[in-house]
This record gives sequence, structure tokens and C-alpha cells, in this order.
Amino acid sequence: MLGYILKRFAVMVVTLWIIITLTFVLMVTLPGSPLNEERTTNETVQANLEAHYNLDEPYYIQYLLYIKSIVTFDFGPSIKQPTETVNDLLGRGFPISFELGMATIIVAVISGIILGIFAALKHNGIIDYLAMTIAVLGISIPNFVLATLLIQTLAVYWNILPAATWSSPVHMIMPTIALATGPMAIIARLTRSTMLEVLTQDYIKMARAKGLKPWKIIIKHALKNALMPVVTIMGTLLAGILTGTFVIEQIFGIPGMGKYFVESINQRDYPVIMGTTVFYSAFLIVMLFLVDIAYGFLDPRIKLHTKGGD
Amino acid sequence: MEKILEVNDLHVTFSTFGGTVQAVRGVSFDLHKGETLAIVGESGCGKSVTSNAIMRLIPDPPGKISNGTIEFKGKDLTQFSQKAMRSIRGVDISMIFQDPMTALNPTLTIGTQLVEGLMEHRKTSRAEAKERALEMMNLVGIPNPEERFKQYPHQFSGGMRQRIVIAIALICEPELLIADEPTTALDVTIQAQILELFETIQEQTGVSIILITHDLGVVAKIADRIVVMYAGKIIEEGTRKEIFYHPEHPYTKGLLKSVPRLDIKGANLIPIDGTPPDLFSPPQGCPFTARCSMAMEVCDKVYPLQTELSDTHKVDCWLQDDRAEQLVAQAADKT
Amino acid sequence: MTSSDQTKFVHSPADIPDDWFKWKDKDPEAAETVSRPSLSYWKDAWKRLKKNKLAMAGLVFLVILGILAVIGPILSPYVVTDQNRPDQFLPPSIDHWFGTDSLGRDVFTRTWYGARISLFVGLMAALIDFFVGVIYGGVSGYKGGRTDSLMMRIIEILYGLPYLLVVILLLVVMGPSLTTIIIALSVTGWVGMARIVRGQVLQIKNFEFVLASKSFGTRTPRIIRKNLLPNTMGPIIVQMTLTVPNAIFAEAFLSFLGLGIQSPYASWGVMANDALGAILSGYWWTLFFPAFFISFTMFAFNVLGDGLQDALDPKLRK
Repeated sequence: MLGYILKRFAVMVVTLWIIITLTFVLMVTLPGSPLNEERTTNETVQANLEAHYNLDEPYYIQYLLYIKSIVTFDFGPSIKQPTETVNDLLGRGFPISFELGMATIIVAVISGIILGIFAALKHNGIIDYLAMTIAVLGISIPNFVLATLLIQTLAVYWNILPAATWSSPVHMIMPTIALATGPMAIIARLTRSTMLEVLTQDYIKMARAKGLKPWKIIIKHALKNALMPVVTIMGTLLAGILTGTFVIEQIFGIPGMGKYFVESINQRDYPVIMGTTVFYSAFLIVMLFLVDIAYGFLDPRIKLHTKGGD
Repeated sequence: MEKILEVNDLHVTFSTFGGTVQAVRGVSFDLHKGETLAIVGESGCGKSVTSNAIMRLIPDPPGKISNGTIEFKGKDLTQFSQKAMRSIRGVDISMIFQDPMTALNPTLTIGTQLVEGLMEHRKTSRAEAKERALEMMNLVGIPNPEERFKQYPHQFSGGMRQRIVIAIALICEPELLIADEPTTALDVTIQAQILELFETIQEQTGVSIILITHDLGVVAKIADRIVVMYAGKIIEEGTRKEIFYHPEHPYTKGLLKSVPRLDIKGANLIPIDGTPPDLFSPPQGCPFTARCSMAMEVCDKVYPLQTELSDTHKVDCWLQDDRAEQLVAQAADKT
Repeated sequence: MTSSDQTKFVHSPADIPDDWFKWKDKDPEAAETVSRPSLSYWKDAWKRLKKNKLAMAGLVFLVILGILAVIGPILSPYVVTDQNRPDQFLPPSIDHWFGTDSLGRDVFTRTWYGARISLFVGLMAALIDFFVGVIYGGVSGYKGGRTDSLMMRIIEILYGLPYLLVVILLLVVMGPSLTTIIIALSVTGWVGMARIVRGQVLQIKNFEFVLASKSFGTRTPRIIRKNLLPNTMGPIIVQMTLTVPNAIFAEAFLSFLGLGIQSPYASWGVMANDALGAILSGYWWTLFFPAFFISFTMFAFNVLGDGLQDALDPKLRK
């Protein structure tokens, strides 16, 4: 297990290093980047940039200091809002984005697993077809399309839910549904197919031959095995949800990090784009690492991996 | 001897995409207490389906017991609800599967998988169940049971896993043990050990065993009686001696010729040509006709009537008819 | 117990005519006859795909969409970028089948123009994934050993990179355009394909027929071309079919963020973004048509991919 953790950790560090280096190279070589052309209209901004990026030092020193600043969680200034740093924006926006993300994951995981299990247990029945049609639709409708459709129907046409902002639990319903439907559909499909596969396994037959109750067989013998692949795709789903917050927050006017990020893209506020990318990449890569570790604990073949064991 | 199981005219069908498969077509046999009965045949002959039918583990749909009775100690299991069957499974009748590598749940410890049946049926505490599980692990020859109890299946070798599977099957002291190809997935040396284990267990517990296999070599060692199945039917049955030394059905003879034998000097291994018939539309006559070297015209037209050669030895073959015997005699004269 | 030498019949065989008891004429092929006609792999797969109604509906939808993407903009009297302010937000009518948008542009024309973009991006992404993935995965799986583990380490690291974030970063750098979108999508997209191909190659490499041709001294490229590829095609085709909707989604998503196709040119993502303000005022058609077509195109590719998966999986062959 320790070897496994170390291996995953090494992969995580290398991936992080690639992202940091990539952003640095882009910042330095980018036409129009303040680091490259060394001119901005605002003196405060110029001073901030020089202080943060050590522009008078040679590149390799800049690079090392850049890595140091990121390791110490300092993502530098914004060029469009001279008084703000990326850290300020993250501090304000990220908690809200995190809330949206967590609400989405909880809804997606719970409803996806339930839908998948029911579809598998009623294999080839009406529930199965219905659940799987919903799931394919959920995968097929882009989250920003779903979001706008929800606004048009629930907010504009029926006026039963508020269309924008993030001020109360009621306001959270639509954005969460819009963002959770895709991951839910993916989880439902995966749960169904692994569940179907697990149910044909000999150990399930064996559990039936022991005379165990059906629900006990499902919960104790099938579910854990069926859910392990779901754990492995959590990292990918998380990445999708995170990028999904960019559009969802913009559409619903939620003052989260995604909204700032999209604004920074439109304003070509490079330090904010790079800083946010590094922060979000690091967040996702660490999450991916944690998911891998969690998987290692769930699967005894990894947990107890010892060389030479029979 | 007391009859523990009586299967009568069992039919099992599967409705599939391509039509209805008649997997088992009128199988009848019985089993006495403490006896070992082997069901032998090629893959797809219906032997596994028969054993699953006894356990009522045929997936329904698509599978269905369409006719016949399975009387276990006088009670017809085909009439039992799935709920009622659960109190039979693992308690009165247990089953062992072919591949010990897949029969154990990889995410649960051996101990959990051993005790859960006991705790379910006997309502014992986990501590009591563990005591009993350790006893069973001793019985089936697992060294260090106390330590092994906490381990996961992947930490066991194939032979050890099959011993665990046997321990799980026997933990509630069943009266009937159905072993579906219990040694097929194992090395030859391990096979012999597992077969010996069956004998030991039978001596100690008096359990009746149905042994399902395609390997007559396995049967030769421990079976009291043998049932030979082909295309969903029993085509010959008899005691081990009768089947091995006086086989009557050409198919049984073919099977015996395809088994390596040490007791007959210079015996060649002769495989049976061809494949079994399609059970979507089984032939109306003897299903073996197409592959039989002694096929007659009658064989295609009518399924052979059963001939009782002794109280225990029965065969379904037209060669038992007087008129066929004349034909065989004539053929022998010519050569 | 009775003595058992005497043969006795349980039922009477008297009704069997004597002349049935003669040797059957030997039919040498009878024992060998396989009861089911053997179809070629592709014919068989096609037959099974045809039975899947949803997948076939998806296929038909995509064919029609493809045709309309080509001829749709030609059919219409309007040009995709033509603005006509007085005509803004006209509801669907004889003149403008799908209505007009905030700048008076014809939604019908823009929808088919968007279909061109989406299908082009999807197909290009799938093709590039195919070439890079097959070469990378094929070499990795076939060479094995140290080459394989090095190549897989690289994949493992690339796999950990947040795909859309990297794409966004690249687009910010390269500037938004159709070409840069396709390049950005291809930079990381092939990883999944390479994994699948490698897995297939590893599995098939040790099959007897490959070992056989190797023992005859056949050279490596020929083995890959003649033996490995035909056998790995099934999962590859499925993966390609499922890559297309992902690429279509990514393009629409990026265009929606302002990083893809730029207004006045149309892509479904651009149209949805433009419509965002309009739907609150009730101009539903500006959103409905791009939303409908993007969703149903992705739906069609997804069900077709699922159908192909079932049809091409030899394990399910019955």
C-alpha cells in the first residue's frame, strides 16, 4: 500500500510540475502578456507585476521564484483590477464554487447510483429502459444548454424558481440540477453496467447458494464491487464539474471563481487566467490523488499488496 | 438405503433471442444417503443446468423448469417459493462451483464469507460462527486457520481457495453437496488432493454428493454411480463398475476411449468426432445419431426406449433391440 | 435385486418396423454440420446493429443532419453573418423558418452553419485521436517491456492533466479559431484511444494466430496491419463514435465561453451564448434550435456508440 501511495504521489508531483512549468512558459512567451511586453497602462499594476514576477531577474531565477510563489499559495496580482490579487479573487469566489461543486457531487452520486442499481436489477425491464434513456439524454444535453432550458421553463415560463444568484437554498436548486445531470447520467450508466457484470459473477451465485436474502446479496456482495469503477471515474467527473461551474456560474450570475475566471478570459487578464488554472489544476490533481488512495483502501488487492504473496 | 433426492422427468428451457433452448429434456435419477453420484457429459449437455435446477438457481427469466419434479426428502422443490428455497440452500443442499478463483468475493475476507451462511441460518453470534468456521477450516486442511480467517481471497492459492469454498458449503452440515466441476480449474496434483478431501468429508459427515464433471478420470476415483448425459438427456446410467467395464451406449464407450487409462495397455486416446446437436431444435430421434459409428435408420426416427440391463444399469440405445443385435452379428460375420 | 443378464424392454418396441433396423448411410458431413450459418464478423455486427432501433434512429438522424449541414446554408436565401437590425427577434415564420436573432440574422441558416462546425470538429477530433492513439497505443502494446512502461507513464501523467483547463489555456494562448480548437482538443484527446488500443494489442498479441505468423518470420509492420488491426477495430470504432460527441460538446462549451468560433460566425455554442440574454425576454427560438440540435446530435452519437458497442462485442455473439 505504501508503495502504491508513493507511486501515485510521484505521478501527482510530476503532473503539478508540468502544469506550473507550462503556465510559466506561456506567460513568458505569450504575445500580449504583461511579462513579455513589459508595458501596462497602469503604474500600480506594473509595480505589482514586477514585484511578483521579479521581471528584472534572469528567466531561470524568475522560474524558481514562480514555483516558490505557487508552492506558498501566492498566485500574483490581477492586471485589470490593480487593487486585487488572484488570492483575493480565490478567497471570495472559491468557497461559493466549492459549495456548488459539493452540492452537485452529492446529488449526482446519490441519484446516479440509485438509478444505476434499479436499472440493473430490473434489467431489460421498463425501468431499465426509462432510466437508461434518461441517462443518455443527461449525457447528451450540455450543461449550459440544460441551464438555459431550466431558466426558460422554471424561471421565466412558470416562475417557480429564481433565475439567478446564490443567496438561498432555493437559488441553489437550478444551478445544481443543471450541473449534476451529466455526472449523474455517467454514474448511472457505469453503475448499471458494472452491476450487471457483477451480478453474473460466480461469487454472487455462491452467495445465493448460501441461501442469503436478495437484499443482503446486493448490499454486501454486489454493491461494493460494482461501485469500485465509480470511484475510479470520480476524478474525471470532478474535473468536468469544475469546468462546468465556469459556465453555470456565468449563466446564473453566481459570484464564484468560475465567473471571475470567465471574466478574466474575456478581458485577457493573464495573471488571473494562469493563477486560476494553476490553482484549479492543483486542486484537481490532488483530488485525483486522493481518489486513487481511496480506491487503494477499497480494493484489498491493492491495500494488502505484498510482493511474493500467493 | 434411504433415498434423499429423486428427480423425475425434469425439463428446463431457456427463452433466448434466437428461440427456446431445451437444455434439459426429461431427466430422472435418484440419490441415496451417503452416496456419490457423478453426472458426466460434454459441456452443454445440461449437467450444470440440472444441478442449478435442483438448487432452483436457474435465472428466471430466461430459464424455466417447464416440467418434472425434484423431490428432496419427500418434498418437491419445484413447488417451493424462492423464499422457502433460501432455507434449503446452504443448509440442506450446498453447492460448489467450478472456478475457485471467481467463486469467492474479492472484497470480503475469507472469514466473513465463511460465517455469513451460518449466521443467516443458525442465527449464531459471530464469535460462535467463527469457532465453527475455524473447525471447518481445519477439516478441509487449511493451515493456520486463525490467521487465514482474516485474509482476503487473493492471498490464497487456487487449491486453498477451493478448500475454502468446500468449507463454506459444508459449514451448515448439509445433507446434499452438489459439486459442479470442482477440480476442473485446478492442477492435476491439487485435483487429487481435493478428491481425497471429498472422500474424507463423506466418511466424517455422511453427506451425499452429486459430482458434475466432464472428466471420467475424476469419476473413476470417487463415484458410486454414474449418470451419462447427452444433449439434455440421460443416455446411460449405472454403477461405476457397470459404466467403466460394461458400457453399452456408443457415446459412453466413446467417452471412455477419450480418457487416458493406465489399466489398459496400449490403449489409444480416441476423441469423439463432431459436436453435440443444437438444442434450439433437438432431433426427434437419438441425438447422438449424427456422431455415432453404429447409427441405424431407426435412430434418426425414434428416440430409443430405455433398456434395463440390471437394477442399476440402464441405457437408451436401439442397439439393445434384438433386431439390431442380429445386424451387429451379421456385420461381425462379414469381417 | 434380480439377475440382470436378460434384456427386457420397459415399453414394447413392437410398433417399430423391422426394416428401420439397418445401418444408416454414412453422411460424412453430418457430424460436422454447424447448425447456424456463420456470418462474417462485420455482417453479423451490422445485423445486430439493425435490430437496435434507437441506434438506427441515431444513425438516420446523423445522416440527415450531415446532408442538411451541407445543403442547408445553400438552400437558404440568407448569409450566415448577414445582420438586419430591423428584423431582430422575428419569431419562426415562412420567411425565417427558425426566426431571427438579436441582430436580425436568420437562425435557420446559422443552425446549419453551426451543424457544419460541430460535425467538422467532431469528425476531425475523432480522426486525429484515431491516428495518434492507434500509433501510440499500437507501438506501446506491441513493443512491450521498457518502451511500454515508459510510454504508459507518460500517458498516466497526461491523463492526470485537467483536460478542459489545458484546452482553455492553449486557446487563450493560440487565440480562438476553428483550427486552434481542433488542435487544442487533439493535444490531450488521444490518450483514451491509446489506452484502449494498447489493451487490445496486449490481449491479442499472444493469440496463437499472431504467434504463428511471427514464427513464419513475418515482419512486425505486416503483423500489425494484417493481424492486429482488424481484430482491434471494434473497440476503436466505438471509442471514435463516443469521441465525436465529446468534441462537439467541447467546441460548444468553448464557443459559449467566448474561446471558440467567434460571432458573427455561427456555432451552436455561440448561438446559445448569444441567446442567453434573449430568452429572459421570451425569444425562445433563439435558444431552442441550437439547443435542440446540439443535444440531439450528441444523443444520436451516444446511442449509436452504445449500439455499436453491443453489436461489435464478440462476447455477446449468440
